Order: sequence, then structure tokens, then C-alpha cells
Amino acid sequence: MAVQYGGRPAGGTHWRLSWNDRNVRSIVYQIAALAAVVAGVWYFVDNTLENLRRLGLASGFGFMDREAAFPIGESLIDYTPADTYARALLVGVINTLYVSAIGIILATVLGTVIGIARLSRNWLIAKLASVYVEMTRNTPLLLQLFFWYMIFLELLPPARQALQPVPDVFLSNRGVRFPVPAAADGWSLMGAGVVIGVVGAMILSSWSRRRQAATGQQFPVVWAGLAAIVGCGVVGWLLGGAPTALDRPALRGFNFSGGVEVSPEFVALLLGLVIYTAAFVAEIVRGGILAISQGQTEAASALGLKRGMILRLVILPQALRVIIPPITSQYLNLTKNSSLAVAIGFPDLVHLANTAINQTGQAIEGIAIIMAVYLTISLSISLFMNWYNRRVALVER
Amino acid sequence: MAEIAHGGTAAPAIRPPVIEIGVLGWMRKNLFGSVPSTLLTIVAAYMIVITVPGIIDWAFLRAVWVSDTSAACKAPGAGACWAFIADKHRLIFFGTYPYAEQWRPLIATAILLAMIVGSCDRRLWNRWLLAWWAGGLVVCSVLMWGGVLRLTYVSNLDWGGLPLTLVLSVVGCVFAFPLGMVLALGRRSHMPIIRWLSVGYIELIRGVPLITVLITASVIFPLFLPAGVNIDKLLRAQVGIILFEAAYIAEIVRGGLQAVPRGQHEAADSLGLSYFNKQRMIVLPQALRMVIPPLVGNFIGLFKSTTLVIVIGLFDLLNSAKAALTDLNWRGFSIELYIFTAAIYFIFCYSMSKYSQALERDLNKGTRR
Amino acid sequence: MNKLSVLAAGAALAVAAAAPAQAGKTLDAVKQRGQLICGVSQGTAGFSRPNNQGAWEGLDVDFCRAVAVAILGDASKVRYVSTTAAQRFPALQSGEVDMLSRTTTATLTRDTVNGFNFAPVTFYDGQGFMVPKKLGVKSAKELNGATVCVSPGTTTELNLADYFRAQKMQFKPVVIEKVDEIRSAYFSGRCDVYTTDASGLASLRAVDAPNPEDHVILPEIISKEPLAPTVRHGDEEFADIVRWSVYATIEAEELGISSKNLEQMLKSEDPAIKRFVGVTPGNGKALGVDEKWAYNIIKQVGNYGEIFERNVGKGTPLKLERGLNDLWTRGGLQYAQPFR
Repeated sequence: MAVQYGGRPAGGTHWRLSWNDRNVRSIVYQIAALAAVVAGVWYFVDNTLENLRRLGLASGFGFMDREAAFPIGESLIDYTPADTYARALLVGVINTLYVSAIGIILATVLGTVIGIARLSRNWLIAKLASVYVEMTRNTPLLLQLFFWYMIFLELLPPARQALQPVPDVFLSNRGVRFPVPAAADGWSLMGAGVVIGVVGAMILSSWSRRRQAATGQQFPVVWAGLAAIVGCGVVGWLLGGAPTALDRPALRGFNFSGGVEVSPEFVALLLGLVIYTAAFVAEIVRGGILAISQGQTEAASALGLKRGMILRLVILPQALRVIIPPITSQYLNLTKNSSLAVAIGFPDLVHLANTAINQTGQAIEGIAIIMAVYLTISLSISLFMNWYNRRVALVER
Repeated sequence: MAEIAHGGTAAPAIRPPVIEIGVLGWMRKNLFGSVPSTLLTIVAAYMIVITVPGIIDWAFLRAVWVSDTSAACKAPGAGACWAFIADKHRLIFFGTYPYAEQWRPLIATAILLAMIVGSCDRRLWNRWLLAWWAGGLVVCSVLMWGGVLRLTYVSNLDWGGLPLTLVLSVVGCVFAFPLGMVLALGRRSHMPIIRWLSVGYIELIRGVPLITVLITASVIFPLFLPAGVNIDKLLRAQVGIILFEAAYIAEIVRGGLQAVPRGQHEAADSLGLSYFNKQRMIVLPQALRMVIPPLVGNFIGLFKSTTLVIVIGLFDLLNSAKAALTDLNWRGFSIELYIFTAAIYFIFCYSMSKYSQALERDLNKGTRR
Repeated sequence: MNKLSVLAAGAALAVAAAAPAQAGKTLDAVKQRGQLICGVSQGTAGFSRPNNQGAWEGLDVDFCRAVAVAILGDASKVRYVSTTAAQRFPALQSGEVDMLSRTTTATLTRDTVNGFNFAPVTFYDGQGFMVPKKLGVKSAKELNGATVCVSPGTTTELNLADYFRAQKMQFKPVVIEKVDEIRSAYFSGRCDVYTTDASGLASLRAVDAPNPEDHVILPEIISKEPLAPTVRHGDEEFADIVRWSVYATIEAEELGISSKNLEQMLKSEDPAIKRFVGVTPGNGKALGVDEKWAYNIIKQVGNYGEIFERNVGKGTPLKLERGLNDLWTRGGLQYAQPFR
């Protein structure tokens, strides 16, 4: 490109216009790079517009208001084929967030347990944990998803011969169905009670922390907090007339009705994501714990703390500092990996956007929406974890 | 125990108690160290006892190893049907590559693997290695495509199986590396526009799933090109993988660049080295040395991620294996197939990760404080 | 920084170099490369699917071959690109394939918004339902509350939703893009119902079901699915050739010309036949192809009846009746516009 040498540095400055001047070179390079990028982007955009015009294709987001007309298997919000594409995509966004959020929580719990187990003094437990980590880390996630889905479809019986491990819980290749309390006014009062209990427990915990800092006296805050939450909940339930009716699943017609159903697609996706990500989380947790010097453990032992307490009060708070940055990227990975749902038919954002692309033919808009949503999610998780990281770091100093 | 040895005269050495040494001692220390530990051991051992014998029985003792039809596998009491894998192994390994020509991808795969294994030996890390790689890749391309030397031409739309997985990941890594290095330098550059462009690219790509990049490559990319210019599906997927991978490699290399002490930069500047020479001779050699283990880790991730090309209809190892499932004569042996495929991926990834750990220890030897 | 600027300049150069010499029309492009690129399915028995030797065959494939004969004179000069339901339209729009012959339903939106032209219908189909026999379902009206397996991004998916809405019935869709995945979901009992075009159901039951007797196809046909080869807007010459190549197979059957009696027909005195086989020239020139084009199509591919019987007819596992796909003279819908 001629621009590279022909590009004129900003005129009217006192710089010498010489190739040997560092500033001049720097400006030329930057203009050249920018020009190359702009030229490239312009070239692609121009081609695209030309192609769209030549093919007579529609563009723009007008299709978002049209009726979607396609059905969606599972949705947390009301959706019928009579709704718009915008709402269909919203269903996808919510499903993606839902499976990612649950996945992140479960993967953190499982990963922490496995990570600690790998460091266990018990040889058998440590070995089992490392076998788990190596097996899941070294096979593709997609393969694992297919595997879990296949297990569901082929090893579980059809709906009519559903297994009943616990009364009223049905396990079949249609998914898991379990009873939920039937709708009644009492439940909302109980919910309110639990909320009051949680607020109370939070106040209690901050009071006890201040008291311990001031006087050194400890308060059984965990038990008291639990008691407050459960107690308030029970009181709310009693005030609401103590509803006991359950919405039980029963086989009617083709399917079970009643209760709540979790589909095989969702379970397979969640299982796959959690089991895969937990292996990485475990390695991060292990690394974090190992990064804490042995002296900390010895000092804590010398103070007479038990092993569990050492882990909880001394090691983990310090390890968190090391753990949080890499674990953030694992959370991001889990969220991005949830897009593999498309392979086993869970209606996440990518799946539904793909369908919308097929039905409307507007690929560019569809992909742009997917990318914008994922970028927003990634950015939000990053920001939140950065905030949390700063908080942990401050506490530590 | 130690006091006994001090016992002056010729008191015969007393052996330590049996439960402190040997198998029993080891077990006491490592399995039954405390009450919770003992409980855990018992629970874990119980789990192993109820699952493992059944699995061994199914996978080995009752397994059907050789059979031309699925009849033997469907007989009551039959275990794993490895005969299915035996019958389909060529489809699994080579996918849709023309049957009569499959010796070519076989040799190409062997060459690729030999090059990868050879590159693991640090004694061979020199200029010749690059030449070997260049030569090896040319030979592989000739074998895979043909069209010269009296080999029939095979369109890359027909490539499949393990060779395709290797090509996607190896070529992806080889081309993404220089791009990633440039992006990493760009991100650490003092020139704001170059820094913004690099940061924008890296964060954009890292924020979206690979699957969307592949869908873009497969569905939208053709619209970016002028009418009449076409790049086939495999190449588009490959470009997508390279662009995606470069952003991740850039972040790894940036980590290495940041770890190079400031003094090294200043020393190079004081010698009057140009930017290019400073990076080439001083900074990058140190930075890259530090990031080799994470790069290997990244390559493992890439190797696993190539399975996603299934969503755009390319026949990589996993998709070829799934194609074997559609044979109506061999219905219902998907567990065997998935285990077999998983084992192949496991062998590759596990050995690479072990290598990366060994390398990390090795490279740290010199710099360990 | 040299490296970066060199790279940037290189990238710009590469972009510039990639600009094509000419944005060729499809017909010129096909002639120039000596090959027709035809988008087909990933494997649908009877329509397009690679046989054991890896060669593509089926009804859709035969129409690709017919077009290749018309333009290039040789049925083997076709490269088949298998496309998923999702990829087929972008592949055609972008020029990755010259035409689609991929059980694609002609619809208004596809013709307008997506920018396609449809050739004459090569197969009149309609959407139906298949259920396991043991469910005891006799009619689609009894399907309230059923779980239905369906492929995404198709007219099938939309018709399904429309039908249940119209009947005021509920259903639960299971939607997976990979065809083998959705089929195994149905056969494992994940769904009560499988829905696709009736021909597809017949093929699924005959070829894929572990035991064909265990499944029944319900009598209701809930949609019109005229399957037609598809080309891009704005390329009329090529669209004409595709259109008349399809008509040629139908016209031949109407005139009683088949690949077996073709040589005798060269000597026929019937002016319609003389025009058709190119003894009386004119048609070829008008289309811009060889005068023998129709003769060659029948010789290398066969007439519509032969194509139908060979791929999906009584002698095949699909065992489909001609039905709507019979000639108009026999009560069907296949009707060629006049060859003059």
C-alpha cells in the first residue's frame, strides 16, 4: 500500500519531517494501520452491500417485529408461536443466562470439592479426584454432551415405564418430573417470611462481626441465621393457612402433566457443562491452595485450629486472591460453551437465532444479535468478577 | 524408633512395628489416617467395588471383538460391541475421504504426528525444525490433495476424520501464532491507535463463542466477498479458527511479555536497538520461553474445540464417528463408539498435557530461585 | 513495528488481489469451470444421499444431472455440496453453489425476501405425522399434548405450529438440527410424533426404523410442500435452463419418450417429438444450449417417470405412489409447458 510512505504526518508541528524521527514514524505507522483496517472493513462492507443489493435481499432489523411462528420447547417466559421474533430471541437469551447461572454455581461447588479432594491426604480420594479431572479435561465437551444426551435417550425408559426412584418423582427419557407445591396464597406469605428472615440474618451477622471485633466474643451466627430464616418462613407458612397440597405429576395422554419437568436436553447440557468446567475449576482451586505457603498452615495448626477450620479460615480466603482471575475466565468459558446447546437441541440463544436466520434469511442481523448478547454477558461477568476481586483483595490487606 | 538405635552396645536392631512400614503402614497413613478419612475410603472403595467389576465384565470379558454382523452383539448376555468399531474404523478415522485412497491421509497423519512428536524434543529446537515443518506440511498437502505425481485429486470437501481434526488444529495453531504475537505486541505498543485496534480485536473475539465465529465463517463470510469469488467451506472454517485462536494466543503471549523485566527493555534501548531488533533478539525469546506451557495448553483446547465444526457440517473425527452410527445394521452401539472416540481424544490431549507439565518443570529449572 | 506495518500492508494487498477479474454470471461460471455445483441434502433416502461407493444418487440428484447435461452435455460433470437446512440458502445466495436441489419447498417469502427463483416442482409433497403404532393414535386430531420431533429452520416447523394452533391443541417440540440426532430421539421414544414431508416419513419408516411395522403414518397431510430446484434471482438465462431441463423430463414422459425408446424417436414424424429431440432445431438455440440438450437429458438421466420410479417408486424401499406426481393426463399435477 502506497499509504504507508505517502501518509503525511500532521503538518504544522515543529517535528522534523524525517523518517529518522521516532514520532514521525510512529504517526505514519498508526495512520497506515488504521488505513489498512478501514480499507479492509470498507472493502467487506461494500461487498456485502453490493451482494445484498444484487441478490435483492432485505436487511435491517424489521423482522424482529414479525410473528416468529415457530415453536420453542422450553421457556421461562410465556411464549407461543404467535409471538414476535424479538420475544423468541429473548427466550433464547433467558435460557442461555439460566443454564449458565446454574452451571456456574454448580461447577464452582463441584470444582472446589474436587480440587480439595485432589489434595486430600487420603490416597484413594486424591486418586479418584485426579482420574476425574484428567478424564473430563482431556476429552472434548461436545463429545461429553452427546454422551450425556445419549445416556438419557437410550438408557432411561420411555415415559410410560418411567422410573420412580422416590414417590412422585418420575425419571424417563422425557426428562425428570417432580412434584411442586400447588399454587396457594400461603406460599407467597412464606416467601415473604423467608425474605424477612434473610434480612434479619444479614443484620445479625454484621452485628456479630462488630461485636467480635470489639469484644472478641463469638456468636453462633450461622445457626442463629438459619434459625431466623427457617423460623420466619414457617411462621409465614402458618399465617398463610399452612397449605400442603402438592401438584403431583401424573401420566395423562401422551405425557406427564402436573409438577415441574426438566427436559433431557437441559439436564444433558447442564451435566456436561458442570462436569467439564468443574475439572478446570478444581485445578485452579488446587493451584490456589498450593500457592499459599506451608507456613500459613503450620501457623494455623500451632494456634490449635482444626484442619477444616484452617482450610475455611486461613487457606481459602488467601487462595481466593489467586483463584479469582483464572476462575473468571472459566465462568466466561462456561457461558460461551453453553452455545453448544445447539447440538443437542436445547433452545438457547444460538439455537433460536439460528432458527430465526433460517426462517428469515437475515444471517447478518442474526449473528450480530448473538455476538452483541455474548459480548454484553462476557463484559458483565468480567466487570462483576473484577469488582469482587478488588473486594477480596481489599479485605486481605 | 530412633532412640533404639542409640542403645549403645550390640543390641540387635528391632524392626519397626509392622503397621508402620510396608503395605500396612502405607495404608494406615494414606487410607485410614483418621476417622473421616477411613469413612471416605470405605465409601469410595464401596463405589469402586459396585461399579468397576461390572464395567470390566462389560468392556472386556463379555465383549464381542470380532464379528461381521451385529447379530453376535445383539445376542443376550453380550457385552461391549467392539466389532462395530472394528467394522467402522476406516470411516471413523478417515471420514468421507475416497475409500481407495485412504492410504494417503494415513501417511499424512503419520507425518504430522511424527513432526509433532519430534518437535517435543528440545534438542531439535533450531532453525532446521522450521524447515522440517515447512517440508512436512508440503508433503502432507500433496498427499491430501493429490493432483500431482499421478495422485488423483481429492477435493478438500471430501477430507474427514482424524486427518481433518489434525489439519484444523495444527494449521490453526501454526497460522494463529504469528498473528497472535503481532496482536500481543500491538496491545503493548505505545502507539494508541495500534493499541486500541489490538485491544478491540482481542476482546471482541474473546467475548464470543467459537461456534458463532464458525457460523459466521460458514454463513456470512461468503457475502463479504465479491460475487464470483468463493472460498470453500473447509478453508472458511480454518480461517475462522485461525482468527479466533489468534486472540487467545495474543493474551498468552502478552502474559509472557509482561513478565520480561523492565530492565531488559531499557538495556536493549540503551544499546540503540531498533524496536524490531529489540523484540526479536531480547524480549520475545524470553517471553516466548515462559509461555510455551500455556501455549501447549491452548493447543489442547484448540484440538478439542475443532469438534465444533460439526455444526457447519464438516466431517472431523467426532462427526465421522457419528456418521458410523447412522448405519442401520449396527444400531444401538453408541456407547462403544463414544468411548472409543473419547479414548482417541484422551490419548492426544493427555500426552500433550503431561508433556507440557514436564516442559514447565524443565524450563523453570534455570530460573527457579 | 516494521512487522506490523508489513503485515497491514500485506493484508491490504491480499484483499486487493482477491478482487475478481469479473463478476461472472452463473451460466458463464459453470461453462468456464466445466462443472455444475449443486447443493444437496446431507442424506435423504430417495432424494439425495451418497451410495456405498460414495456417489450421490436420488431424485434431487437426477435434476442436478439433467441441468449439467443441458449445459455441459455430461451428467457426471456435477460437484455435489451437502448442506444443512440452515446452510442451504446462504450457500446459494453467496454463490457457493450454482443451484439447490435439496427438497426445498417453494414459498412466497423465499421467492421474494430471500431472493430466489424456483424451477418447476419436481416433487409434490405434503407434511405428515408418524407415530409408534403402540400409541394407538389414528388421526392427527388426537395428538393434543404430544411431544413432537421436528427439524428447525424448515417450513415443517412452521406448519406444525400453525396446525396445532388452528386445531387449538397443545404440543411440546423437540428441535434438533442434526437429522440423525432428531431421528434417534424419535426412535428412542423421546417424542411421540415425528413430523416431516410425507415422502420423508415413508423413507424414514422404510429405511431407518428398526421395525417398520411398529410405526404408522397418520392420514392427515397438513401442508402443501412443492419441492423445487432453486436458483438465485437476477440470473435469468441460468434459471431458464434449469426450468426447461425439468420440463424436458416431464415433456418426454408426456410424449412417451424414454431412455429406452429414444433412438427410435429420432426417426419419429411427430413434429412435437422432432422439435423435442432436436431433429427440428430451434429450442436449443433459444435457450443458448446444444440443440441435442433434451435428447441428451433423456439419454443420460431419463424421463420424469423413470427418475421417479428409479429413486422413490414402487421398486425402491420408499415404495411411493405417483399420486400428485403423476402426469396431468393421468390425474396428477405434473404438466410441462409447451416446447415450442
